[in-house]
Amino acid sequence: MSPAGPFTVKGLSCVRGDKILFAGLSFELGAGEALHIRGPNGLGKTTLLRALCGLSRPTRGDIRWGGIKVSDLAEEYTADVAYVGHLNGVQGELTASENLKMADRIFGRGVRVASGVKDALARVGLTGLSDRPARYLSQGQKRRLALARLLVLRRPFWILDEPFTALDAASVLRLSSLIGEHTSAGGLALIVSHQAFDLPGVRDFELARFCKVRA
Amino acid sequence: MKFIHKYGSPKRFYALAGRLVPWFAGITAILLVSGLYLGLYWAPPDYQQGDAYRIMFIHVPNAWMSMMAYTVMAVYAAIGYIWNIRLADILAKVTAPLGASFTLTALVTGSIWGEPMWGTWWVWDARLTSELILFFLYIGYMALQASIDDDRRAAHASAILAIVGVVNIPIIHYSVYWWHTLHQSASISLTSQPKIYATMLIPLVVMSLAFTFFYFTMLCVRARTEILWRERHTDWVRKLLEAKS
Amino acid sequence: MSYGMFAAMRAVFSRELLVFWRRSTEIMTALVFFIMVTTLFPLAIGPERHELMLVAPGVLWVGALLATTLSLNHLFASDYQDGSLEQLLMSPYPLSALVLSKIAAHWVLTGLPLALLSPLLAIQMALPMKAVGTLVGSLLLGTPILSLIGAVPAALTLGVRGGGVLVSLLVLPLYTPVLIFGAEAVAASAGQGFASVAHLSLLGAFLALALSFAPWASSAALRVSLD
Repeated sequence: MSPAGPFTVKGLSCVRGDKILFAGLSFELGAGEALHIRGPNGLGKTTLLRALCGLSRPTRGDIRWGGIKVSDLAEEYTADVAYVGHLNGVQGELTASENLKMADRIFGRGVRVASGVKDALARVGLTGLSDRPARYLSQGQKRRLALARLLVLRRPFWILDEPFTALDAASVLRLSSLIGEHTSAGGLALIVSHQAFDLPGVRDFELARFCKVRA
Repeated sequence: MKFIHKYGSPKRFYALAGRLVPWFAGITAILLVSGLYLGLYWAPPDYQQGDAYRIMFIHVPNAWMSMMAYTVMAVYAAIGYIWNIRLADILAKVTAPLGASFTLTALVTGSIWGEPMWGTWWVWDARLTSELILFFLYIGYMALQASIDDDRRAAHASAILAIVGVVNIPIIHYSVYWWHTLHQSASISLTSQPKIYATMLIPLVVMSLAFTFFYFTMLCVRARTEILWRERHTDWVRKLLEAKS
Repeated sequence: MSYGMFAAMRAVFSRELLVFWRRSTEIMTALVFFIMVTTLFPLAIGPERHELMLVAPGVLWVGALLATTLSLNHLFASDYQDGSLEQLLMSPYPLSALVLSKIAAHWVLTGLPLALLSPLLAIQMALPMKAVGTLVGSLLLGTPILSLIGAVPAALTLGVRGGGVLVSLLVLPLYTPVLIFGAEAVAASAGQGFASVAHLSLLGAFLALALSFAPWASSAALRVSLD
């Protein structure tokens, strides 16, 4: 994994329609650190993550990766980010292993290692299901497939929006340890989750601090 | 840039537009009345078409305005999209129905013009066909805006549509004119209109200016309404409404 | 980096084909529609060859155009719904290149079959044999333009109410030049006008224009839709 620059956010604000979701949001995340963004539903956690990924244009704010503005870096920044959103990004017609192989070819940096796919599937517990079209998988299995993509792409910065949804207790533990391994190896992780999970050293971040209370 | 920021705020534009509306309206009224007088009484009847040609004084300016309005709309939309200026988004959104009305007027008057000559209410004349396609471009733009709830996404999506449209308009225009000449039996053409004499040119210009100022007037009026709606939760709008009641 | 980009484009292209192949019902929609049009017209107009021949270029071209319009919804919609489109925007490679691959795959699956099927339908519409070559040529040049131009409204209407009908409305004015020159080319070689080479070259010019403009415009549109 390439050396991961620190991720800094200063004065971020997002407006949706005529509502200011949050303003003046700032934090910093360094290599090997994980941040757990908490807050009640509807506060704008998903909007925040999408703005940090580069999918959304924030209204105002300074987002930097390794000291350089993310808007200046463009593709160099997205090359370092692995985003798992609410949608799984899993194509139903392809099998689990085909999904991962394609992801590697489309998003990866050409280091095609077939064993990487098998290994990733094993680490999320999908070994026996690798040759079924993904649409036959259960919700939890599809979620795990989406997370397996993180392992195949091996990007330094993980941005995860409710990754534990539809996962059973064993899978939650498995995923928490995967994130732990990722940060121990120097990666960064940003997690939104309303579910509690066990990850040593993770910092909490309350989004509500930056949300204006509407009159 | 400072100028844009100064008047780029909807609140400031609201005040500015409010002061301009009476002036624009007044100029429009004067131009319209004089244009109509010049067109309907002063200009002599045409050698070939008699008095029927006079509808040209409404048809042609509206056709010109329909093209101008689309271009202007695309420019506003592009400015709003590239530099994230909300006022530009508002001006673009508000121009669309005005442009569509100009197009519709051009179509209807064109159809009326054609009827005494050809005995039918519609001919596939090059200009009318071109106007019809332009009408669809406007309706498409307005439909896209209406179907997206989020204002910013609606504005940016329709900006892209407007830019694609404005680039295509010359191509469409050229294609339609070419298509028409290919199939032309020389008679079916409003564009082979009477030679323009000075006596016709003057009312035409006056009417065009009248409709231009009409556009400015209505732009200001509609923009003010749109601004009030979009800013309805802010303090200055609430104070304004309280003051009125 | 460029090696990686072309590999990624090829991957997107083959993924599209693979997915489409397995979702076989969708391939047929455009073709079936095209066949329906050319079957219904003679029924409506009458079997008189002379009359059919006159309208054949127009009917064939309009049929191909409407069939393409119908298929535009498949371009981005399912990827938008399952989240793969979002992931595409997070790719390290330029989005316009990947979108171009998607559009190319879409054309291979809709426009190309239409063009290849057209000789059979030309026979149904009593088109003179000498014009069939131009028909296929005009469709081979024209349908990629339709896919390219159509990608922009398809991208703009993702997740929007009434998306399907809206796409048709948005796309109609933009398609008129292609339709005019495409149908004219065929009519010309059927002996109803000037030589068709000029029309085909103009279509070629439109194609070049669309290739340089459309991928950029549709990626901008995708970013707006996924904002």
